[in-house]
Amino acid sequence: MSLKEEVEILRQIPLFAKIEPSKIKLLAFTSERLTFQPDDLVCEQGDNGDAAYFIMAGEADVIVETPSGPLTVATLGKNDVVGEIAILIDVPRTATIKAKTELTTLKITKDVFFRMVTEFPEMAVEMMRVLAERLVRTTDDLQKAKEMIRSDD
Amino acid sequence: MEHNIYKYILRYSKKQQVILTIMSILSFPALYYYLELPKIIINQAIQANDIAFPVEYAGVEFDQIAFLYLTVGLFLLMVIVNQLFKYMINVYQGITGERMLRRLRYELYCRILRFPMPTFKKKSPGEIIPMITSEVEPLGGFIGEAFALPIFQGGYLLVIVGFLVVQNWIMAVAAIALYPLQAYFIPILQKKVNLLGKTRVRLVRVLSDQLGEAVSGVEEVHAHDASSNMRAHFSNQLDKIYTVRYRIYLLKFVIKFLNNFIQQLGPFFFYGIGGTMVINGTLEVGTLVAAIGAHKEMAAPWKELLAYYQRREDARIKYEQVIEQFEPAGMRDADNQLIEPEEIPHLEGELVASNIELSDDTGSKILEGLSTRFKLDERIAIIGPAGSGRESLTHVLARLIDPDRGRLMAGNVNMITAPEAIVGRKISYVGQHGYVFNTTLGENLFFGLKHRPLHEKSYAGDEELERNTYIKNAELTGNSSDDIEANWHDYKLAGVADEDELNARALDILEMVDLSEDVYRLGLRSTINPEEAPETAELVLAARRRVFEKIENNPSLKNMIEAFERNHYNTNASVAENLLFGTPVGEEFDLDRMAENEYVQKIIEEAGLTETFLKMGYQVATLMIELFADLPPDHEFFQLYGFISSDDLPEYQAMISRIDSERLDNLREEDRLRFMSLPFKVIPSRHRLGVLTDDIEEKIVAARHRFAEELPPHLKDSVAFFDADAYNAATNLQDNILFGKIAFGFAQATEKIGAALAEVVEEMSLRSTIIAVGLNFTVGTAGARLNATQRQKLCIARAIIKNPDVLILNQTTSGFDTATQARLMKSILNEFKGRCLIWSLDHAEKTADFDHVLIMRGGRIVEQGSPQKLKENSAPYKELLAAS
Repeated sequence: MSLKEEVEILRQIPLFAKIEPSKIKLLAFTSERLTFQPDDLVCEQGDNGDAAYFIMAGEADVIVETPSGPLTVATLGKNDVVGEIAILIDVPRTATIKAKTELTTLKITKDVFFRMVTEFPEMAVEMMRVLAERLVRTTDDLQKAKEMIRSDD
Repeated sequence: MEHNIYKYILRYSKKQQVILTIMSILSFPALYYYLELPKIIINQAIQANDIAFPVEYAGVEFDQIAFLYLTVGLFLLMVIVNQLFKYMINVYQGITGERMLRRLRYELYCRILRFPMPTFKKKSPGEIIPMITSEVEPLGGFIGEAFALPIFQGGYLLVIVGFLVVQNWIMAVAAIALYPLQAYFIPILQKKVNLLGKTRVRLVRVLSDQLGEAVSGVEEVHAHDASSNMRAHFSNQLDKIYTVRYRIYLLKFVIKFLNNFIQQLGPFFFYGIGGTMVINGTLEVGTLVAAIGAHKEMAAPWKELLAYYQRREDARIKYEQVIEQFEPAGMRDADNQLIEPEEIPHLEGELVASNIELSDDTGSKILEGLSTRFKLDERIAIIGPAGSGRESLTHVLARLIDPDRGRLMAGNVNMITAPEAIVGRKISYVGQHGYVFNTTLGENLFFGLKHRPLHEKSYAGDEELERNTYIKNAELTGNSSDDIEANWHDYKLAGVADEDELNARALDILEMVDLSEDVYRLGLRSTINPEEAPETAELVLAARRRVFEKIENNPSLKNMIEAFERNHYNTNASVAENLLFGTPVGEEFDLDRMAENEYVQKIIEEAGLTETFLKMGYQVATLMIELFADLPPDHEFFQLYGFISSDDLPEYQAMISRIDSERLDNLREEDRLRFMSLPFKVIPSRHRLGVLTDDIEEKIVAARHRFAEELPPHLKDSVAFFDADAYNAATNLQDNILFGKIAFGFAQATEKIGAALAEVVEEMSLRSTIIAVGLNFTVGTAGARLNATQRQKLCIARAIIKNPDVLILNQTTSGFDTATQARLMKSILNEFKGRCLIWSLDHAEKTADFDHVLIMRGGRIVEQGSPQKLKENSAPYKELLAAS
């Protein structure tokens, strides 16, 4: 896959939609493209995070360790971002990401990521939108869970 | 050592000085005739004064022309004889001086090795080094001429004075009348110069000490912005030296002035007194002219004598000042290091210390009548608060410091008087910061086994002659003639039979001190010479094949490494590497500057790739400008990812706007080179630039073949080509085994390939071979290429491998992290079960696994016993436990 193709893929990711193509090119050029074999771990819950991964091809499972064992909470695919929480705030990885199929990602390090966010406020806004959406979804899930508990009573 | 330089000279070079003196005296007649002959040639042979031709010599008759040739022939002979004498005397003087200098330096060095340890608290290397290197240097020159010069020049002077006396005694007296004046004043002034000279030497020593401190403490200087202060101090010292030197110059030139003035007073008297006498008719004009001529002749030897006097004083001061520094109180006897006992006793039974006293340089007591006894088959911990004398006790027990008084017996060996041959072999000591020498890891590890050359190397033919000369020279100068090429390893001491067993033991000990993994890694990154180690190279090649198989059979690994294949383009290597297809040796092919190499240019041209490369260069430059143009020049991306440095970027920008991409065949030379240099750096799978098409790759592979085939003979040694079946001497073991590039873009590729490599190493039992290679790793100045922990572990390993009866550790592991400390302590305690281990520790709770504990306080041992017993009923022990 050449740089040009990577740029094409990156531009379809909503987060980068409003950024100049030349900047996306720089992002692609300075970032490592990483391929994971099925069952390879992209990151492990509890580790310190130093990079986020943009999925360019393939699928990955998001797995959370629970007292009753590992639980797959979501499956991510093309154009999704993983691992951004740990680099936004200094917390250990909140989940384990495991390649489900052969997985091609673009690894964006913390430094590059912050540079992009500070240089392009649009990206920060987009980031907020993604996080807000996720919050809405989580709140929704929480609501449902509470109702389920109540109806169980 | 002799305090007087003349005594020293006579003691060690009396014979040479006598020979030099005799040679000087023997040269007089020839010198005399050399001066005399021109007169005869002019007066008799040419002008035929006072002579009637033909003359008869030894039964042969000479007419005037023949006589002229006879005399000039004799003159030529005298010139040759004279020069031969000069040559012989100079060479012999040089040899004598150099030998004495060698002896002196050697003796001073030996003294450093015998200095009592506390001396080094006061003397820094910055002071000691210049004394032995530069300060004594002029002494060599002086020693050669010490006797010969005054005798020769003095004799010459006497001859001339004699000649003058014969001519006219009044004139003679007049000529030398002022010499007493000179002989009186010059020494007085010289004494002042001497004193200043002494001061200067001392000041320069302080200067070199400051220099040493600046280098050693450079971290602190930066960390505290102290450079101004350092500069001021240095400047201050330079000023002191300048002032002293200024005064020396003033005095030196006053002396010179006086000398010249008095010398010129001679003619004044000659013309005055002699002139009066000629007028009065008591002196002939001819005699006056001869006297003036003779006086002129006197000037040279007299000047030489005065200069000699100055040099002599200079040498005397330097000698005395140096010697005085090398006689600290409490220095050990030379015999203490030289005696080789017939039998090295085994230290066993009990160690008994009684009434040991030790004070520091201020006179305050560190050990106050310390007495103790313990068994030499126990592991002993020494604990106590700071300042209790714990450290000093380990120094005294290791015999690094001599106590002021007291007895120290190990079994029936008196440790105070025992030579180093016993204490240095049977006792090991490691302090908090062990020293690592600038040689290989292995040499450092076996340092403690090299006491004497035990297995002499045998020489034959020319080498034998060379060796004999070496021994002769060493003996003539009182130097050591021990052969550094001999095998010094004391196998018996280490408890092994030969080198192989020693190496096996070394592996065990590296494992014991937790260092083998580090050495293994260093080994992987080391190169070997396959001619010297063919077996290792063979094993590496076998490992390469094995890794190949492993990767072939494992689909997930297969993509992670791209092997070097002669007929395939390697997409994980740069274009430069692909073209060279080997490792550069030396400077000729620099992977970063391939475009500038003429041979490379020729190959590219012949492969029809020049235009392609220029185009690629143009494309890369355009892309780089697009990506990087907006970045600030100091941005790290330039360094990390840029093909073009931020300094060169504007240059390329200008080029791109000036040059039409369709007209690249018509470029200026420097533009061409700029574009050409870019494609060489492209690594397709890393940069994903898409500039290398399959077609170009094929052409590069073809060019690669041509590159190797047409390589001219003088470049043959500049590159070690990749060959799947041959060991590559220019690259390290790991790259030789992997023989390929780890692919970009595969998660954990390095780890996974590393794991595969480790498996192969395990399966083939290669680890010890690789560790052996790692032992050849050069550690750098003071071990700078190792980290502090590795250095310290190496020092511990060195102390253990010599198999000591007593191992003394002085807070040796306190710099390690807790886990490492615990691990090391466990394995060392285990190794020394039933042997004597004395360990000074800073925490009482660490003593639990020892057999015996000594508790120190105020320079004495206040209690001792097993840790269990002490724990129950010792108040000081409980106190220390509570404090830690």
